[in-house]
Amino acid sequence: MDMEMLSSAFEYAPAPESRSVVDIAPSYGLFIDGEFVEATGGKVFKTVSPSTEEVLSEVAEAAEEDVDRAVRAARKAFEKWSALPGAERAKYLFRIARIIQERSRELAVLETLDNGKPIKETRDADLPLVAAHFFYYAGWADKLDHAGFGADPRPLGVAGQVIPWNFPLLMLAWKIAPALATGNTVVLKPAETTPLSALFFADVCRQAGLPKGVVNIVTGDGRTGAALVAHPDVNKVAFTGSTAVGKQIARTVAGTRKKLTLELGGKGANIVFDDAPIDQAVEGIVSGIFFNQGQVCCAGSRLLVQESIQDELLDALKRRLSTLRLGDPLDKNTDIGAINSAEQLARITALAEKGEAEGAERWSPACELPSSGYWFAPTLFTNVTQAHTIAREEIFGPVLSVLTFRTPDEAVAKANNTQYGLSAGIWSEKGSRILAVASKLRAGVIWSNTFNKFDPTSPFGGYKESGFGREGGRHGLEAYLDV
Amino acid sequence: MHDVRTGAATAPRYPYPSVTSRTPGPRTDAGVYSRYARRYARLVTMPTTAPPAHALADVTASDSTLRRFLHGLPGVDAVGLEARAASLGTRSIKTTAKAYAIDLAISMVDLTTLEGADTPGKVRALGAKAVHPDPTDRTAPTTAAVCVYPDMVAVAKEAVAGSGVKVASVATAFPAGRAALDVKLADVREAVAAGADEIDMVIDRGAFLAGKYLKVYDEILAVKEACGANARLKVIFETGELSTYDNIRRASWLGMLAGADFIKTSTGKVAVNATPANTLLMLEAVRDFRAQTGVQVGVKPAGGIRTSKDAVKFLVLVNETAGADWLDNHWFRFGASSLLNDLLMQRQKLASGRYSGPDYVTVD
Repeated sequence: MDMEMLSSAFEYAPAPESRSVVDIAPSYGLFIDGEFVEATGGKVFKTVSPSTEEVLSEVAEAAEEDVDRAVRAARKAFEKWSALPGAERAKYLFRIARIIQERSRELAVLETLDNGKPIKETRDADLPLVAAHFFYYAGWADKLDHAGFGADPRPLGVAGQVIPWNFPLLMLAWKIAPALATGNTVVLKPAETTPLSALFFADVCRQAGLPKGVVNIVTGDGRTGAALVAHPDVNKVAFTGSTAVGKQIARTVAGTRKKLTLELGGKGANIVFDDAPIDQAVEGIVSGIFFNQGQVCCAGSRLLVQESIQDELLDALKRRLSTLRLGDPLDKNTDIGAINSAEQLARITALAEKGEAEGAERWSPACELPSSGYWFAPTLFTNVTQAHTIAREEIFGPVLSVLTFRTPDEAVAKANNTQYGLSAGIWSEKGSRILAVASKLRAGVIWSNTFNKFDPTSPFGGYKESGFGREGGRHGLEAYLDV
Repeated sequence: MHDVRTGAATAPRYPYPSVTSRTPGPRTDAGVYSRYARRYARLVTMPTTAPPAHALADVTASDSTLRRFLHGLPGVDAVGLEARAASLGTRSIKTTAKAYAIDLAISMVDLTTLEGADTPGKVRALGAKAVHPDPTDRTAPTTAAVCVYPDMVAVAKEAVAGSGVKVASVATAFPAGRAALDVKLADVREAVAAGADEIDMVIDRGAFLAGKYLKVYDEILAVKEACGANARLKVIFETGELSTYDNIRRASWLGMLAGADFIKTSTGKVAVNATPANTLLMLEAVRDFRAQTGVQVGVKPAGGIRTSKDAVKFLVLVNETAGADWLDNHWFRFGASSLLNDLLMQRQKLASGRYSGPDYVTVD
């Protein structure tokens, strides 16, 4: 029987998104009171593209005085902004949402350059969600009387917001949209390694004609963030980032009247029962831990698989991982981009080595890493137990720890046996089992037969060391209202 | 161009050849088209008389074992399946990859006419087009087959004689399949006697939906036998009538267990035909079936695929689900008619840089 192998594979030609849609200036100042200004003392820092280590721009490093200037601008703007009828505030938010949609290609390319994540994700996930958040909270601005907090709930004042580098623009939207809708003004500090999209957002605010001082952006490192959090005239602190920094912030604001929400780390359990839709579960596991290179606080970094289907599932998972395309984040066919920074890469590398040293079995698909930039191959650890470091510590990278269970009770016990409690996933074709297990899991977000799905209408937040307070949905309003 | 037409090799259908026995053919630098030409030569035939003797033979021992097996297949989450299909649909296939995909797609077309108004003249025109799809460029690959009703097989055979293009015939009371088994088998025998290389049968959806899986199985087995030694069997599920993805997965396995050479989505005669999601699901089925039994089965989405862009998306599904082994017209087909002209226009545009328009392809 003539069964000659076909002679060539289907090789996708490079399909890079054009860089020319975004114009990055050689340097950026701080955005205070509607203007870009230099930092006191003129200190700057560089921001690089993680996929090439190319310097993209120089950004001002805000000192304590600059933070103070920004907070004073926000305080000054608060009086008029909070007095505006909700419908008027909504107009600005709707306008911002529309401008983001119109400029989404530019912002997606910018975000990919500065963060290292694939253009596929910024284009299809980040940017649509950013616009959706502004649209959603624009809709609440004139309906706060009906949000369940009594008549005419009042804003808090000036919100100091500190956001991470994994979803720079999306975390900005999660913070700024509800704050403005409820009548607060904000000073936001983007992460040190990803300041650019927030500075472009400042331009969006100007384009939308937002009154001066309502949104202020101060760039810098942890010291800038600490100064913002400690500023005595800030009424509300919102932080998304690591649990260690979150604890520090909690100590700083303790004893003050500042309202605090923290969205911190996680070690999400993705539980796959033997009656799961296997092919879709594999997709969910992949998006759970390899979306955004696993640099997601709610990542499904622990796979809990029922022992009876372990081999079948792992075979399918490995086969699927072998099809992932790692490389140039601007290529439209790239599935796995760069790790955000050398520092993060070192942390992931160290934890993966620890996993191996503690006896877990490491596996990665055949995968060539680019020679410059920060890269880590998708990695899977089997033979992991609850006692392994990689089963307990948040790795914040493309590393999946595979554990097994025998019964639903054991699955729940293992899923809950963590200091965190941000997310979990349940895969089963049995609705009653999904409901029974979900009710016992101590996690803020529980996905069933899907993972890493976000929507502005749905509240998001954690249990235990994953933080407190909710963002998104009606619940997300509460964090910015004096209720 | 298509000089390599050594005809069909013959080999016993059973035992199934193991996948690893497939040996790489000679690689030449004679260009992309000779590669396609070699592929057409590989449209081999597989004689059969006995039920399959693979690792899963036991599951068809009785109605209850078959039911238990089919209902024991993992469920399909519709949202997740459709999301995966949509996500693969965002692959960006450009330049050399696009040229490769368009030629591959042309070589996979089962150029189809299934109208009450079909005449010998119409079928001859279709045959000529299958052999020389692009009148302005004889380097365009031939299509895989022409697909006609049984009474047109002889005409089609003559029209494509010597070209390597296969003749496929729908049979078994196509498209409804509502006839006695004897009538269906007579339909098949007539098509095979007239020289059909491939038979596209429809399953009894009524029996399937009523849970009479063994009846459907036995019918496919009987049709497979009627196909004889030389005709490959494509089994059409009419996925639009089976309605749920769970049913489509069960039907896929049922068809493969019964010895289908191809599993095919639909007749093109109902509202919902081939979709990225149902084709993805069937590609998963053939992938898993080969992993379990060593037997490779082809997939044919049919109906509703009209543009090159759509066709390329389907090839991406093949590439990233079943894998490169299926990127060959021996294992993947498009049941289509208007698709071919769009592929040709895109091919002309890639070659010339200009879009020539519908007057530069043949309208049949």
